[in-house]
Amino acid sequence: MVNALELKHVDKVYDGPVPTQVLFDINLAFAENSFNAIIGSSGSGKSTLLNIMGTLDRATKGEVWVNSQSTAKLSRDGLAELRNQTIGFVFQFHFLLPEFTALENVLLPHRIGTSIISKEIVDRAHDIMELMGLSKVKNNPSARMSGGQQQRTAIARALINQPSIILADEPTGNLDSETTETTYELLRKIHQELNTTFIIITHDRRVAEKADRIVEIRDGKIALDMYR
Amino acid sequence: MRLALAIASRFLLSSKSQSVLIALGIGVGIGVQVFIGSLITGLQVSLIDTTIGNSAHITITSRNADRTIDDWQELYARVSQNPKYAATSATLTRPGFTVTNNQFETILIRGFQLPQADGIYNLSQALIAGEFRSGEVVIGRELATELNIEPGDEITILTGAGQRSQAVVSGLIDLKVAAINRSWVLMDLSTAQELLKIENLVTAIEIQLPDVFTAREEAERLKTELDEYLRVENWKDQNEQLLTGLQGQSTSSLMIQIFVIIAISLGITSVLAITVMQKSRQIGILKAMGIKDRQASLIFLFQGLMLGILGGILGIAIGLGLAFSFTKFAVNPDGSPLVPLVIVPTFLIGSGLVAIAASILASLAPARRSQKLDPMEVIRNG
Ligand SMILES: Nc1ncnc2c1ncn2[C@@H]1O[C@H](COP(=O)(O)OP(=O)(O)O)[C@@H](O)[C@H]1O
Ligand SMILES: [Mg+2]
Repeated sequence: MVNALELKHVDKVYDGPVPTQVLFDINLAFAENSFNAIIGSSGSGKSTLLNIMGTLDRATKGEVWVNSQSTAKLSRDGLAELRNQTIGFVFQFHFLLPEFTALENVLLPHRIGTSIISKEIVDRAHDIMELMGLSKVKNNPSARMSGGQQQRTAIARALINQPSIILADEPTGNLDSETTETTYELLRKIHQELNTTFIIITHDRRVAEKADRIVEIRDGKIALDMYR
Repeated sequence: MRLALAIASRFLLSSKSQSVLIALGIGVGIGVQVFIGSLITGLQVSLIDTTIGNSAHITITSRNADRTIDDWQELYARVSQNPKYAATSATLTRPGFTVTNNQFETILIRGFQLPQADGIYNLSQALIAGEFRSGEVVIGRELATELNIEPGDEITILTGAGQRSQAVVSGLIDLKVAAINRSWVLMDLSTAQELLKIENLVTAIEIQLPDVFTAREEAERLKTELDEYLRVENWKDQNEQLLTGLQGQSTSSLMIQIFVIIAISLGITSVLAITVMQKSRQIGILKAMGIKDRQASLIFLFQGLMLGILGGILGIAIGLGLAFSFTKFAVNPDGSPLVPLVIVPTFLIGSGLVAIAASILASLAPARRSQKLDPMEVIRNG
């Protein structure tokens, strides 16, 4: 089985007056096209882990492999390119650029990769936004949408470059329970349609239970690793 | 490149009033600099014009004992053929005295080739009464007042060589310099030659140039062409003090302009630094999505560039507006501007470029901050 993402002996120590170690010798491999949930109590190290997986943060020790390639020797530019092409991020905050419309926000990762905006890519953006139920607000300034619409726009943005991995850190953390439900249904639907590896941090038991695999982090260590 | 440009312009457009204010700030600074520059240039041009506009730029005189030039017709023919000269004229000048109405005054007897001398002294325009007439003389305004003379009256002239003669005053002239108006007695060349009993001789050949600042070089060149006994003088050597004054003006105007530019740069730097802070969230998320550090820094360079272009255009407009209204409000009693408006296109373009350069320079620090920004700072703190 091919791994989309692999962590090898990852430690993370935050510097400071008192250096604190938050991850201890993490070894994890996520199979291609799998749907994974990471759970754990607040402060256990989940976000730190996800940011290291997404190459936004560097491990103090150990290696991150993306699509069977080590990221250890990549430059800042190399990592930026890797993120742009192969990883889609969804955070607890939508992080849309308020200066741009919803559609323009969705197209941003593409424009970062190449300045050519073809008809195909615009069509794809429309399709994804349609799938997300955003057709009506496509041309809204991103600040003038509901929280659920903003988060779904952020998900559409994460999908536009057809990344092989989606990393989501409590993507529904700021949404009400009904919107949370529809958002997760969308994520599962995308997973089935697009052959993408999903790694999602969540507090929601019901969401976790629908995942192929649940990893629980406790005090910076893997406390539970369960396949369904 | 294109993305950075697009983001930069979107950032500027999304906070329009702030962008307009920054551009206006640059514009006012550059405007002041355009205004001061044009004013100083205008001042200098008018100062040079009043000082030497109506006088010879190069004067050829003689070292002969009696100060006369041999074969002056031949020399004059040669010099006046030079197409680079705006005007050339031969003149006979001698000191003398006048005793008229019981007043004793020192005078300068000046015989001019008319109308050639007009090209240098603008004599016909300077006449305030009467005219030039062969065999008669025109005297300066102040001299006429001192002697209580009106056109048609006679004056008595004593030459340096002791001849005494009477001359009818056919006109009065105002050459705008009190010393000249108080001493000159002007007439045509042959009248002067007759009065002074100097047959067919002149004491100087005077030249005016289209570009006054080439006088020294042109005089040097002439010197090598002419006979040893001839002396070639130029206005620059005779007006060292004026030139030093102009130099001082230029330097102080340059200093003012440099400080204005420094002030603008500091202003833009601090404002752009604030916009990086305002936009750090956006930069962080763009970096998470894979924008490269160089692109992220280009966003702010482009912002600086666009603000600079806008500010430069505004600045030129403001500066010209200020200069123009200055010529309308600061006027002489006769309505003519106190300082004439002198617009040098290269100076305007230069000021515009300065605005752009200063803005780009000022955006270097913000661009660097943007380049160094770590996306984790944004992601972690929301
Ligand atoms: N930049 C940092 N500097 C120091 N400590 C940090 C930093 N970021 C996170 N931590 C600490 O690391 C631990 C794990 O944080 P985090 O990965 O955000 O946990 P989770 O996402 O599971 O709530 C927490 O104790 C947090 O206080
Ligand atoms: Mg977290």
